[in-house]
Amino acid sequence: MSAFDWVIQLVYVAAASCFVLGLHLMNTPATARRGNQLSTGGMVAAIAATFAIIIHAGTISVTGWIVMLTGALLGGGAGLYAARTVQMTAMPQLVSVFNAVGGGAAALVAIHDYINLAGASAGVPESTTVTTLLDVIIGAVTFSGSIIAAGKLQGLISGSPITFPGSRVVNMAAAVVGIGGAIYLIVTPSVPGLLIIILAALVFGVTMVLPIGGADMPVVISLLNAFTGTAVAMAGFVIGNWALIIAGALVGASGGILTKLMADAMNRSLRNIMIGGFGTGDSAAAVEGPGGDVRPIAADDAAIQLAYAQKVIIVPGYGLAAAQAQHQLAELAKELENHGIEVSYAIHPVAGRMPGHMNVLLAEANVPYPQLREMDDVNPEFPRADVALVVGANDVTNPAARRPGTAISGMPILDVDQAKSIIVIKRSMASGYAGIDNELYVNPKTSMYFADAKKALSELTAAVKTLVG
Amino acid sequence: MTSALLTDITIFVLALLVGFEVISKVPATLHTPLMSAANSIHGIILVGAMLIAASANNALGYVLAFIAAAFAAMNVVGGYVVTGRMLKMFRRRPTPVPAGQDGHGGQLSPDGQARQVAGGGTPGASS
Repeated sequence: MSAFDWVIQLVYVAAASCFVLGLHLMNTPATARRGNQLSTGGMVAAIAATFAIIIHAGTISVTGWIVMLTGALLGGGAGLYAARTVQMTAMPQLVSVFNAVGGGAAALVAIHDYINLAGASAGVPESTTVTTLLDVIIGAVTFSGSIIAAGKLQGLISGSPITFPGSRVVNMAAAVVGIGGAIYLIVTPSVPGLLIIILAALVFGVTMVLPIGGADMPVVISLLNAFTGTAVAMAGFVIGNWALIIAGALVGASGGILTKLMADAMNRSLRNIMIGGFGTGDSAAAVEGPGGDVRPIAADDAAIQLAYAQKVIIVPGYGLAAAQAQHQLAELAKELENHGIEVSYAIHPVAGRMPGHMNVLLAEANVPYPQLREMDDVNPEFPRADVALVVGANDVTNPAARRPGTAISGMPILDVDQAKSIIVIKRSMASGYAGIDNELYVNPKTSMYFADAKKALSELTAAVKTLVG
Repeated sequence: MTSALLTDITIFVLALLVGFEVISKVPATLHTPLMSAANSIHGIILVGAMLIAASANNALGYVLAFIAAAFAAMNVVGGYVVTGRMLKMFRRRPTPVPAGQDGHGGQLSPDGQARQVAGGGTPGASS
């Protein structure tokens, strides 16, 4: 090993350390920005080291330089534009697209490597074939799966579970062809064989994500994130680069943890989600909950309740983001705070379309992060809250989850019904993704304010202002 | 089974464990930026894309290298920029809202004013 190789390897180790420390610094919002900067520094160092390798080796052709630099400039420009202009509500789509291109690039690296080796007289070593095939399969599944997920999130493809006659069969056939083909290729290297495996993996990715419903998207995105990480780690095995292995493993771990957290927060197993369709199956006969009447409320009365409260807990859900009303909500909260009322936000882990999505939406609306409270942290405070204001959240507030025998039984919920009074802003009595009635709405302490979230919050803010001003 | 492969597997497993340890401490508040940060980290596949561009010697190789470089660069640049953009929004205290956005500029209570002045400073680093 030459001195040059030593330096390069040490730079890669330093880059990998920056990634680990960067993720570590994300354990508080105060240090998270520095973490991202550190991670960026590591990435720049790794890319610079790779440039040094290429220049040092001196075997790259002029075409190679042109291809690499124009590709990187085009891709980088597109990424920069998307990152600068994306709306925070569209963040899950963007993350899905980045997942797709990362997985796609990992697959392409392995494909290139495999074609070169298959053309060489020495043949393909078996251990390389295994990692190459894993990289190609996982990368291709991630690529097509993430594109479908992004299409669903963007509304280009229906968010409801899509199944067609035989879709399950196609999915299983693709899996069988992919795995069978991979076993065949380990024994007999063949480029056309690789092509068949790529196609099978792409088909598998599409048919895996299509039947998954919109409410399960946080889990799917996390899972695809874990896949991309694994594909990149496998690419590291293929080209013998430790920085790729470490980076890929870190992402795999992150995606894995988030997948588990999201699935737990919905009290659904991964298997159940992949099979698809919340509330589309034969849900058990629901045990009847307490019935009762719904009490509608007008803006003025709701404003009085809020203005004379000491402690208000706001429960935002995806409906808030869908109505783009987070700025109106933040303004109402600010008005209440200026009046000396204690305001905090109770955020369920699956509020939004990806893990932690609601926090970003509220941070964008200038809500300070100490007010953003996690479920386990805020739940004991509901009994002390004078008003719980529910905006666009449904299933995660349904007390029916505490009883067995309902579609959401066992799902962790926010203890909104413990508050002294409850105001729910909602357009209609329509049920949430679980397709069941929310018992919170017929609670005697609950008042329903039927309106679009944006309009309702503006009216409330105006009414509160006249009361306290 | 080569010893190089064994070393690679060891590194992979240990990195996975480190990842679990570090990432399980990230609060739910930051899960979206975390996922976006993880996303940008897997953009390191750009290194792989660059290396295949360097070894490509036929049309197919160049096409694969071009697409891989474009994909990976989009991943890495977009990932870091969007993560930075999100993290910039997380503030300990409210910052002054630019005039015209809040619709009631100049009517802030004394409490609101004090808050805004304090919001100018960077949040203290507590861990």
